[in-house]
Amino acid sequence: MRARRLLSGGWLSVYAFLYIVFLYLPVIFLPIFSINTAPTPKFPLTGFTLQWYADLPHTPALLDAAWNSLKVGVCASVLATVLGILAARSITRYRYPGRRTINGLIMAPLVLPEVIVAISMLLVMLQLGLSLSLFTVVLGHVLVCIPYSMTVLTSGFEGFDRSLEEASADLGETAFGTFRRVTLPMVAPAIISSLLVCFTISLDEFIIAFFLTGTEATLPIYIWGQLRFASKLPGVLALGTLLLVASFLLMTIAEILRRRAARGTQNEGGLYA
Amino acid sequence: MTATAEGLPPLRMTRARRNALLQSEPVQGFALISPTFLYALILLVLPILVVIAHSFWTQHYLTIDRTFTLENYRIALTEPIYRDLLWRSLYISLTVSLFTVILAYPIAYFISFHGGRHKSLWLFLITIPFWTSYLLRVMSWKVILGYNGVLNSGLMGLGIIDEPSTALLYNSSAVIITLTHAWAAFAILPIFVSLEKVDRTLVEAATDLGDGPLRSFLRVTLPLSAPGVISAALIVMIPTVGDYVTPKLVGGKDGVMIANAIQAQFGKAANWPLGAALSVTTMLVVTLMAGATVLIIRALQRLAR
Repeated sequence: MRARRLLSGGWLSVYAFLYIVFLYLPVIFLPIFSINTAPTPKFPLTGFTLQWYADLPHTPALLDAAWNSLKVGVCASVLATVLGILAARSITRYRYPGRRTINGLIMAPLVLPEVIVAISMLLVMLQLGLSLSLFTVVLGHVLVCIPYSMTVLTSGFEGFDRSLEEASADLGETAFGTFRRVTLPMVAPAIISSLLVCFTISLDEFIIAFFLTGTEATLPIYIWGQLRFASKLPGVLALGTLLLVASFLLMTIAEILRRRAARGTQNEGGLYA
Repeated sequence: MTATAEGLPPLRMTRARRNALLQSEPVQGFALISPTFLYALILLVLPILVVIAHSFWTQHYLTIDRTFTLENYRIALTEPIYRDLLWRSLYISLTVSLFTVILAYPIAYFISFHGGRHKSLWLFLITIPFWTSYLLRVMSWKVILGYNGVLNSGLMGLGIIDEPSTALLYNSSAVIITLTHAWAAFAILPIFVSLEKVDRTLVEAATDLGDGPLRSFLRVTLPLSAPGVISAALIVMIPTVGDYVTPKLVGGKDGVMIANAIQAQFGKAANWPLGAALSVTTMLVVTLMAGATVLIIRALQRLAR
């Protein structure tokens, strides 16, 4: 059966294989050179070492950046998910005029050039007299995380049977009670998935953080600063590898949860689908 | 009558409650979405309006002169440096969207028509690299294409070239390669979604009526997937025109794009109004280019039928 499918796919499956290689190959060089003894990333490899990783915890600036990223990521993902829950619930549950326009506006940061989103927020924040800090970074990250949160949550919310909620209301639960005891447990996987996706985006996001931060660096900003020094490259590669692994794990868990949330409905496909 | 009346009160109550619920459905829905809507208004729409306003003002050192002027737009459109950067950005984003769509279509087609039970696994495999940091992906291309990089040292090790080539990094081709890789998944998903919607019986009908596989693809599947191709092209084209990281890391002098000039106006050059005018101009021009792309793809779609 597999052979027949491969035959019917023919050259397409070969192409698909090459395409996957093209997608993964560049990313794989980071971990490869992060465990190589030579300080410049080139072939042939010179030998195995974990020295670059061992050096990481002894860099105070890096630890600060990691702590900042964690704070920003947690705040941004919680806020974006709360706003995402409200919006996704409204979009999937209610019909009202202007619904599509509002949805389009909320999703817009997904397709706008990030630099333009960043500088326009920067202008407003400076005009309002807000001093740039991790707080302004959180505000920016929430804006770009909401579309992703919405996508994950909408596919989760569309899944469940509305009659269960009606039953709960008919049996005398208040609207809040119904939400807490019926709706919430059913959409919990989607909510956790949204938190993880938003955290990952915030963790990896550079442009908005770069424009909106004051003196405090997040991890991508720290990496950006280190890129100027060729001698720091192995450390950056090691840190980058850790970030890659973290993103990979978080997204895998998020995807498993999202699928669980969307199971039973026809919501196949990825986050954008 | 009385018998039914006895049974009525609870029924009437729920019905009344449902009616009230239905009547207030728009109100409830709107109330629920309003925090998110307000957030987007305050942090997206308002800022963009402020940028548009700034683009008509001028700056004297630290103070903003709020008299209306088109001077910034004159500079943005006629100064050779900005004109060149804008053209290059448009050229790069158009090329990148063309490449990503052409490279992505066969993959989307493969997953949709030959993916079998493993469709979602394929999609997952394709999207996962894109959840890693954009900055790190661009950085890895710098490592690959650099003078002492992977490609040069690899090619030298294989004896294909004698000395490192400088042609790989710090030019617009490096930017195009990096961006094509960075946006690949964004092109695959919309095309995949529209291919999933293609009614398979239509393809069968075309085959039954004597069209070969290629003809039925060109006349049925391809035109029907045009909406996916359009959104794939746009979802790549609009963000890439304003890309900042890639030109900065792998572009060198030849690969500088408009976003780098915009950033400079908000940073070192400290000319906010000019930066604002450059941003607005970029958005307007890319919108025009996007509109033209949609029209061209639609025209091609009609021709194919």
